[in-house]
Amino acid sequence: MSDTPVVRVVNLVKIYQTGGLPVPAVRGVDLTVEAGEFVAITGPSGSGKSTLVHMIGGLDTRSSGEIWLEGRRADTLSESGWAVLRREQIGFVFQFFNLVGNMTVADNVELPALLGGASPRHARERREYLLGELGLADRADAAPAQLSGGEQQRVALARALANQPRLLLADEPTGNLDSRNTRDVLRLLGRVHRQGQTIVLVTHDARVASMADRVVSLLDGQIVDDGAIPRVRRRPAGGAGDVVELRS
Amino acid sequence: MRQALLALLAKEPAHGYELKQALESIFGIAYPSPNIGQIYVTLGRLEKDGYVRAVDVEQANRPNKKVYYITAAGREALETWVDEPTEGPRVRDEFFMKLVLAPLTGLADRMALVNRQRRHYLSLMRDLGELAEAAERTDPANRASLLLIEGAMLHLQADLDWLERCQEELQ
Ligand SMILES: Nc1ncnc2c1ncn2[C@@H]1O[C@H](COP(=O)(O)OP(=O)(O)OP(=O)(O)O)[C@@H](O)[C@H]1O
Ligand SMILES: [Mg+2]
Repeated sequence: MSDTPVVRVVNLVKIYQTGGLPVPAVRGVDLTVEAGEFVAITGPSGSGKSTLVHMIGGLDTRSSGEIWLEGRRADTLSESGWAVLRREQIGFVFQFFNLVGNMTVADNVELPALLGGASPRHARERREYLLGELGLADRADAAPAQLSGGEQQRVALARALANQPRLLLADEPTGNLDSRNTRDVLRLLGRVHRQGQTIVLVTHDARVASMADRVVSLLDGQIVDDGAIPRVRRRPAGGAGDVVELRS
Repeated sequence: MRQALLALLAKEPAHGYELKQALESIFGIAYPSPNIGQIYVTLGRLEKDGYVRAVDVEQANRPNKKVYYITAAGREALETWVDEPTEGPRVRDEFFMKLVLAPLTGLADRMALVNRQRRHYLSLMRDLGELAEAAERTDPANRASLLLIEGAMLHLQADLDWLERCQEELQ
């Protein structure tokens, strides 16, 4: 069962057609993500990163190609079919958060777990854990509009993880964070990844990308590089670093 | 290293090994454990320039040890160093040379060069991330060490952003 990739896309294409000229945003992407893998997607602005993860999460329709999730064909699903699949298997962090405005932070985070069938008690415990890890325990009763962009973004991550989804899709989850908050997010991502969470994450932040097992680089809607980040050993084990070099 | 040693000696006279220990404790885990030989070579040069002087101190059952102290000229050199603005980081251009010249040599494909470099930078970033974690764990009070690592990470981020620009422009 664990041999089945969590994500497999084949020759995936997205062409936006809004009035005038067609805009090819994703041009023939093949990508496979195994269970437990952490894949970072990087590339310049406009290279198709958001479009790609939106299609994988069923938030945007493909123009052609195939999307398979957990061995099941997904690109042919109806909108309601996608909605069920997302609720049961996918946590999504949007580039621009998308929190429910008239619900508290706590309810935003608990909702997916409740929809996924978790008991209220379990949903609350999970919410308390996630908000705590992200330094937001004291914001649970606030409305999203009362939060800073960085806080909303962390709430969005907590919400995406509430359900312990098979697949976490995250689009720039640290885009609005300062370095201390980024560290909280990195720590949580590292922790859930070590617990087996499969992660596909779009980022410009090299600290985030460097935690991944694999980095996929997009350019003009195509993959130009896909591979593991090599291990360097600049330091002898247990020795000091060499961040500073004082010249003599 | 010259100025670091002068600064330490401006505080108080010291022998070579004490200077090594002081550098280690100030810069913490972010600093490569300085080589004692290198410290003596630098002290020798500073002495020749008239910035430091050494006195032999006798020790029981052991060879004399040299204690170094700063001279007036040394203090002046140190002040000049502190007062003048410091050069900004210079573009590290060896990779850029390879990238620009690659098509001429026919030896390498630009895309492949950029991709390999990106993976290399990311692996350095991962290493720095682990170093920062280790610093946080073992020596959290040493803010200098953590700031140095953070600075190195920000430089690396800039290198990666620039790499992306190169890939866009030169494809
Ligand atoms: N709804 C849309 N209608 C028309 N064109 C679109 C739409 N969404 C995206 N595009 C275009 O598709 C291309 C890819 O956009 P996408 O948002 O996937 O890029 P990105 O890599 O996520 O960029 P960024 O790093 O800025 O978030 C761009 O040229 C963009 O203008
Ligand atoms: Mg985007």
